[in-house]
Amino acid sequence: MPTANLVSKHFGNEKARELDWYRAQGGYEAARRALFEMQPEEITEEVIKSNLRGLGGAGFPTGRKWTFVPKESGKPNYLTVNADEAEPGTFKDKYIMTWDPHRLIEGIIVCCYAVGIHTAYVYIRGEYVRPYERLRDAIRQAYQGGVLGEKVLGKDFKLDVFIHRGAGAYICGEETGLLESLEGKKGWPRLKPPFPAVVGLFDCPTVINNVETISHLPNIILNGGEWFAELGADRSGGSRLFCLSGHVKRPGVYELTMGSPMSELIYEHGGGILDDRQLKAVIPGGSSAPVLTADCVDLSLDFDSLAKAGSMLGSGGVMVLSDSVCMVKALSVVSHFYAHESCGQCTPCREGTGWLDRILMRILEGDGRRQDLDTLLSIAEYMQGTSICALSDAAALPVQSFVTKFRSEFEYHIQHKSCDVENPEPALAL
Amino acid sequence: MSSNFQFTPENLEEYQDILRRYPVKRAALLPTLHLVQAQHGFVPAEAEQFVADLLDLPVVDVREVLTFYSLFHRREMGRHHIRVCMSLSCWLRGAGRLKRHLGEKLRVESGGVSADGQFSWEAVPDCMGACEIAPMLQLDKDYYGNLGNQDVDQLLEGFNGPPGDPELE
Ligand SMILES: Cc1cc2nc3c(=O)[nH]c(=O)nc-3n(C[C@H](O)[C@H](O)[C@H](O)COP(=O)(O)O)c2cc1C
Ligand code: SF4
Ligand code: FES
Repeated sequence: MPTANLVSKHFGNEKARELDWYRAQGGYEAARRALFEMQPEEITEEVIKSNLRGLGGAGFPTGRKWTFVPKESGKPNYLTVNADEAEPGTFKDKYIMTWDPHRLIEGIIVCCYAVGIHTAYVYIRGEYVRPYERLRDAIRQAYQGGVLGEKVLGKDFKLDVFIHRGAGAYICGEETGLLESLEGKKGWPRLKPPFPAVVGLFDCPTVINNVETISHLPNIILNGGEWFAELGADRSGGSRLFCLSGHVKRPGVYELTMGSPMSELIYEHGGGILDDRQLKAVIPGGSSAPVLTADCVDLSLDFDSLAKAGSMLGSGGVMVLSDSVCMVKALSVVSHFYAHESCGQCTPCREGTGWLDRILMRILEGDGRRQDLDTLLSIAEYMQGTSICALSDAAALPVQSFVTKFRSEFEYHIQHKSCDVENPEPALAL
Repeated sequence: MSSNFQFTPENLEEYQDILRRYPVKRAALLPTLHLVQAQHGFVPAEAEQFVADLLDLPVVDVREVLTFYSLFHRREMGRHHIRVCMSLSCWLRGAGRLKRHLGEKLRVESGGVSADGQFSWEAVPDCMGACEIAPMLQLDKDYYGNLGNQDVDQLLEGFNGPPGDPELE
């Protein structure tokens, strides 16, 4: 069965956020086992075996990331949990924090014990007020119930967990922008290396993982790394939450094992295309992921399959576009976002995102020029690999893929000063 | 320099609690600004000096951070603040219509405050992490989604009540 409920089991259940109920269901048993029956290195070993990949976007193998933290740095180590969830099309971490906050806390304990960390910060986007309140209440219960604090579950292991609220900046989801923001600065990403595992928060070794990544840890401890790996596809272990949105009948969060077919997500879970129209395109991993044409429904949803198809699984945000969409207008919505969110440190990104946005606007206003498409493509080319963080690449990839795969729609716009899609959603005037 | 802004006793206590979370004082800046905004509705210029003094920072550093983040306001907003998501999934499901309707209803453009001071609103290009209920908006602390024009009308009416309405915090 490709549907799974490893992290979504308690979604919709009001009781799950109560510590007593969570414990009665076997909650915190994984943390207890990790603390009392395993050595820290054994935990990391299980996580490596599990093929758990980072679910925030980049897909980096989680266990391996932990091994980059130096053994004896003489400084404290930190965990920062990335709950910024700002990649357009992504809304899964909100569900975990709202419905199953203790699973996240339990995962934090497992990670911190494995890496030797005594302080964890959860960086949550400022807009998420209700999810913040739920998580805050669960953390309070955990302190009162002896799950966090001086002696975690009675073991001589101290752990503090704090929540830090962001204040509305996409770039603070990028891991080093996040660290800067947590330190009380504007969220300007840092040049790497040094990587955060060596020089991170307050110049100390720091693990950064996404909310969902961390929330998979309890199940991996309970059932073993091999079990998790086998549930998934080749090098993508277990399951993940897919955020299905756009032109489907039933948008929502669906947990599927890695390697499940795209068609199952869109047609079985999503109920098919809105208004029974034809599928035109899918953006499979948040708005930074290159767009795919309708034949992508045969692809498997795992990191390697989507990379092979020239896109990425990214943050699990699957956005579905029906044949009612004008691709020029859709791209302009995406490009406008990146132009707005570039932090401005690097010239290729600051100038490039603005330029892309303006050319697309110009085409939509009927002032497109014959050479505009080549200009778009050359700017997008120049923006990749030339900047401090991956936002620049993330802004370039949609332009490249939209213009290449739907070139005739762009050409039609430039030639006819209008759209060849009937009654499309109007362009956004911001 | 001294400043006219002060925390209430409860917020001063909350501030002390915030400080304990970090090994470096400056890290308390964002939470402290959130606290100022929660108390005052926006972050007035006097509060910049107040926060700078509290955290031993030059006031320019406070200003730099304050202006970087879009959730902080530096002028008075409406009694309720609305942010409408204009990102891709919401656009696909009618965010453009939602935005037009809200502007007509409140008789003020994005970024403005309604004449009665009840609502301020803005259209934002960022996805708010709620694409499953597109098109959506945030009103104060809560998200509202799947919004047709009538839903918006009802929503606004519900928040138009007299002061003391339990919904208002
Ligand atoms: C521009 C940009 C925005 C990002 N936004 C997020 C985000 O909102 N949430 C997240 O978990 N990761 C985000 N990431 C990825 C993080 O940099 C980092 O890879 C991730 O938090 C690591 O955790 P993981 O390995 O568990 O995925 C973003 C990356 C970039 C370049
Ligand atoms: S690539 Fe863009 S967002 Fe990233 S650091 Fe450079 S200017 Fe800022
Ligand atoms: S696009 Fe509007 S909430 Fe995601």
